[in-house]
Amino acid sequence: MAQRAIREYDGKAIFSKHWEKYFSGFHYGFKSVLVTNGDELRACAQKHGFEWLKQEALVAKPDMLFGKRGKNDLVLFKTAKPGDVTLEDAAKWIDEKIAHEVTLLSGQKGTLTHFIVEPFTPHSQDQEYYISATTVGEDDVLYLSAEGGMEVEEGWEEKVNEVTIPITMDDASIEHLIRANVPSGIPAENKERFIAFAEQFYKFYRDQNFAYLEINPIVMIGNDMHILDLVARLDDTAGFMMGDAWCGAEFPTAFGMEDQSPEEKAIAEADSKSGASLKLTILNPMGRIWTMVAGGGASVVYADTIADLSGNVADLANYGEYSGGPTTGETKFYADTVLDLMTRHKDPKGRDKILIIGGAIANFTDVAKTFTGIIQSFETYADRMKEHNTRIYVRRGGPNYEKGLKDIKEAADRLGLYIEVYGPETHVTDIVRMALEK
Amino acid sequence: MGALFTKDTQAIFWNNNASAIQRMLDYDYVINRVKPSVAAIVAPTSGNKFEKFFYGPDEIMVPVFRNTTEAAAAFPNADVLLNFGSFRTAYDVTMEAIAIKGQFKTVMVTAEGIPERLARKMNQAARDAGVVVIGPATVGGIAPGGFKIANVGGTIENIINSKLHRAGSCGLVTRSGGLFNELSNIISINADGIAEGVAIGGDRFVGSVFIDNLLRMERNPEVKYMVLLGEVGGTEEYKVIEAVKSGKIKKPIIAWCIGTIAKHFSSGVQFGHAGASANADAETAASKNEAMAAAGIYVPASFNDLPQTIAEVYGKLRAAGTIGEIVEPELRAVPKVRRKKEFICTISDDRGDEATYAGYPISSVATPETGFGIGDVISLLWFKKRYPKWATDYLETVIKTVADHGPAVSGAHNAKVTARAGKDVISSLVTGLLTIGPRFGGAIDDAARYFKYANDRGMSPAEFIDYMKKEGKTISGIGHRIKSVRNPDLRVSGLKKYAAEHFPSTPLLDFALEVEKLTTSKKDNLILNVDGTIGILMVDMWRALGYSEDEIDGFIEAGALNAFFVVGRSIGFIGHILDEKRLGMPMYRHPTDDILYNVELADEI
Repeated sequence: MAQRAIREYDGKAIFSKHWEKYFSGFHYGFKSVLVTNGDELRACAQKHGFEWLKQEALVAKPDMLFGKRGKNDLVLFKTAKPGDVTLEDAAKWIDEKIAHEVTLLSGQKGTLTHFIVEPFTPHSQDQEYYISATTVGEDDVLYLSAEGGMEVEEGWEEKVNEVTIPITMDDASIEHLIRANVPSGIPAENKERFIAFAEQFYKFYRDQNFAYLEINPIVMIGNDMHILDLVARLDDTAGFMMGDAWCGAEFPTAFGMEDQSPEEKAIAEADSKSGASLKLTILNPMGRIWTMVAGGGASVVYADTIADLSGNVADLANYGEYSGGPTTGETKFYADTVLDLMTRHKDPKGRDKILIIGGAIANFTDVAKTFTGIIQSFETYADRMKEHNTRIYVRRGGPNYEKGLKDIKEAADRLGLYIEVYGPETHVTDIVRMALEK
Repeated sequence: MGALFTKDTQAIFWNNNASAIQRMLDYDYVINRVKPSVAAIVAPTSGNKFEKFFYGPDEIMVPVFRNTTEAAAAFPNADVLLNFGSFRTAYDVTMEAIAIKGQFKTVMVTAEGIPERLARKMNQAARDAGVVVIGPATVGGIAPGGFKIANVGGTIENIINSKLHRAGSCGLVTRSGGLFNELSNIISINADGIAEGVAIGGDRFVGSVFIDNLLRMERNPEVKYMVLLGEVGGTEEYKVIEAVKSGKIKKPIIAWCIGTIAKHFSSGVQFGHAGASANADAETAASKNEAMAAAGIYVPASFNDLPQTIAEVYGKLRAAGTIGEIVEPELRAVPKVRRKKEFICTISDDRGDEATYAGYPISSVATPETGFGIGDVISLLWFKKRYPKWATDYLETVIKTVADHGPAVSGAHNAKVTARAGKDVISSLVTGLLTIGPRFGGAIDDAARYFKYANDRGMSPAEFIDYMKKEGKTISGIGHRIKSVRNPDLRVSGLKKYAAEHFPSTPLLDFALEVEKLTTSKKDNLILNVDGTIGILMVDMWRALGYSEDEIDGFIEAGALNAFFVVGRSIGFIGHILDEKRLGMPMYRHPTDDILYNVELADEI
């Protein structure tokens, strides 16, 4: 992974932490709380520093990485009229929302679990601006507009100035460039202020290793900045350099993505503790074709080929890889997980299960060693595999592959499992064709 | 012209990745390279000066440096840096390499997950400097029969099976490193192997992209057609399409983008590398495959049909005579069992007809008409260099000057006492030699060390004297029991005179004489003595011979100055021992009246 989305709340927390350093001359209150239910919100209001929850009108909305919350009717800013939402209104509304699944206009389905609650900011449309930054190609691009909110998205071409900033540009040139590209619609009295903020915003985006940062709208009331809506992605590969600069922001799963299964979580955990790479995604637990593929590139071509040749992508049960020289124990654990999943459900049409143990020609992974782990797993699951009429197809090359292939063939034969074994002389994905044609 | 690597390409390997380096050297040996492909290793935390590796059945030493700058200075022709630093250090390592003007043409970066902003800066800096970056997040590349990066191709058996031991006619570019090997194999089975191949790396921001490599291959006459294995995500393949359409690339290209599976899943599942996720329709594998086919690139119906497409294109080119027959080269085999050597010798060799001193047969240095003196032999065996006459004359002058200093000094006295105890020459000599150290003979070392230290740091003579006072040390090489300004030591006068006439320059001696002016103004006998003069002039000699200050410090630390005293004074000690034997002197017992006895009854505890 590299670019990963964070919650709006965390994005604002990062702003707040670095505000003095970057945004001198401007003020930002950071009045936000992140809660998962109404009681949590009520409890927050009792804490010192959060009196505003009881004193001010509030806005509540889900904070789960998806946008267009207004259009989805998921922003609570009024009961009778805008700006009349009390703490109790917000708490009740949240409890109501978490009670059942929601379907967004985009079709994404899921349960709401996280909400951000903030003070209602009365302002006029002309105080709203738009600012964002991201990477396009090799350059950074800063987007500036005198109009914020939903307006900017309708008529993007005319309303937004794009400022392309090459990676090696020095600060003086950046400042000059931004000044030269300030949107003409910014009123004269706010122009200098906007330019100063845009420069600081870009440096903040750059130095904090954001991959994407958007405030829409940002409301400028004098030198008071109100970040009404924020979307942010961080470059998580920079995490090791950032210490606590990111305020411990977490990277939640996209809304609507089913939470990981226990098996996927277990593999992810094993991956994080290993120098090797272990990845598992279950695509269809009822699927007929299960794969255990070594190497990232190979795992993609096997998935491609299965989808192409089976004619039905639902046949493909899982996607994943084991690579980078996993130990025998790690490979056994990986194989146990896949074989266990594979032998849980009978194929609805009564067909054989197919297990693809594939891989390209390894650069340095010892094939015999990793196969030892798979063989150990066969010993445990042989009976269950036979119950599902499992046919095993193996293709692999690389260091010590002859021994690996011989060992796995002998083990399968001894255990009475159906197996076909191929080396580098056979095209890497051809076992998929063989398995499907039989 | 146009080739990324040749059979003469040498690399500096950043990080002592022993197994990868050994694989490169095995490859070199098998394909009959003249020079090993790894010139040097950079290992910032290593204390070693070299690492041993096998080269065929023998072992070779690959020098180890603390940083790339030093390694590059020692190997100006090594124009490839193999950056095996981690994602934390790889950026700094690349930037250091790019900053070395005119050294590196190619930097390969293996780390996966370098922060994107740093990767972009690094890639841009390299482009500005005209350096090709391969990677990050790559296994590297290969010019079969010439140069192989690290682990590319895997084991030597697989390399030969995949015909990576000699140039074929295909140019191969992939993103994935794992599939690079596989593609080499496919191309060897269905065609005649590859002429050059690069895995550009799986990260979102990589230095050289598909088009950079394909344009170079277009210029490389060894490459007759290209195979491109792309991936879902990004728009790099469209640059290739443009180049084909505009006629910049005329050689046939066979291409396939992997990741066609992604279209079946809306979002969330990351198929493949960090760089691999489609943000727009044009970035899907299917769109790219279609667009490439429309531009006249050979695109198979699926990845499974790729071998067939390669066989067809190769067959056409072969039939047209564009590709000829390849003569399989003679290969050398790497022995299955190899034994590491326990000892290393770099100064002499007794395996040939005649033993040699640093390559010089003994007969060519031994007799007077050869013109070699003992100073020449020392320069060969101690320093592995042939010194000019003024220097070997100086070495001999030193040995003659220190050969003896009478029977009363502690070393000579010990040798005499032992000889009188009836011991043999060796035992007697050794008791004399064992007294040589900080108080006896050690002043030569210390004088060289401290005067050089002061001079290296630009201290003035007065600052140096202050410094030594603060350190609580007397200045080695200054002071004599009897001799003084008015009663000069003629040995010193002789050495100074010789140096003035024959040394190209004597900066350290000049400095020492300024120090002497100050010390003798305080006390008449604080002169630069013979030990100091010898040590200081030795430094001046080495400087004039072109040694670096680090190398000279190394000589001093290794005890080379002390060694001159050991050799010289051994002559005197042996003289005293033989003198005792000749005189037949009896066992010596020290008279009790020369000893102050002060023994009290031990307390009981």
